[in-house]
Amino acid sequence: MHKFANPTFFMKIANAVFPYAAGLSALCFAVGIPIALVFSPPDYQQSETVRIMYVHVPAAWMGSMVYGVMAVSSAVYLIWRHTIAHIIARASAPIGAMFTGLCLVTGMLWGQPMWGTFWVWDARLTSMLILFFLYLGYIALGDSFEDQERGDKAAALLALVGSVNLPIIHFSVEWWNTLHQPAIRSFAGFSINAAMLWPLLLMVFAFQTYYVAVLIIRLRSELLSAKIRTARFNLAAAE
Amino acid sequence: MNTLAEYFHMGGYAMFVWPAYALALLGLSGILTLSLRSWKAREQEFSGLKAARDSQSENTP
Repeated sequence: MHKFANPTFFMKIANAVFPYAAGLSALCFAVGIPIALVFSPPDYQQSETVRIMYVHVPAAWMGSMVYGVMAVSSAVYLIWRHTIAHIIARASAPIGAMFTGLCLVTGMLWGQPMWGTFWVWDARLTSMLILFFLYLGYIALGDSFEDQERGDKAAALLALVGSVNLPIIHFSVEWWNTLHQPAIRSFAGFSINAAMLWPLLLMVFAFQTYYVAVLIIRLRSELLSAKIRTARFNLAAAE
Repeated sequence: MNTLAEYFHMGGYAMFVWPAYALALLGLSGILTLSLRSWKAREQEFSGLKAARDSQSENTP
């Protein structure tokens, strides 16, 4: 297992995965967006606003999922001190923040026509907003220490502690009486018509592969900046 | 053309549906552009440093 911690070996796999992730994502968007915007049926209650779902729900799932990735890799980093695990978390944070922000704004655009308000302080919306702030806090904290390693550890700890918010987001629509509609995914299956489920799953897969592709680009960038630091240090030492 | 105008009207919800997709496009392409840009910039910086290192080792036999 631990050989995956070797950055060179890890990037070899990541670079091999990259064209598939990027290609699949482009393909799923190319098929999914026309279905979502044109060919899928309007909802009998929500009419055409249901089309917002095809970006809102994938963005919401990705917001939580990317945070899950960050929490797990932060735990791996704190326990085994694998730098690559921390780099994965660090590279994921801006992507996850973007997904969560997108979830919040598309949710507002859906809430206004359906609920009559852009925002309510109900459990689902509030816990999602907290997730957004956790991402921003993580990004800010990692850069706010003089000593790089202390910053890395503080950020990893925040990612771990913040992961208690994930089950709260998931169960918020069951635990509290919320304005937000209940989950469409449960142990009993999906409570949504197949004509809407398939385009939705296609868009979710498009978002997931998009995350993987962008993450790999960011990983390359992060590893390069580590190399730049070493090269600068060596140059200064040789002078 | 009436049906096309009707389509863009989105049953009266055009001002909510289209901005949602526009923002999705903005967010997704934005993070990709930023990531690609920083990667390219660092690649350039690193190759510059490598060139500096090579010239340094040439000067010191």
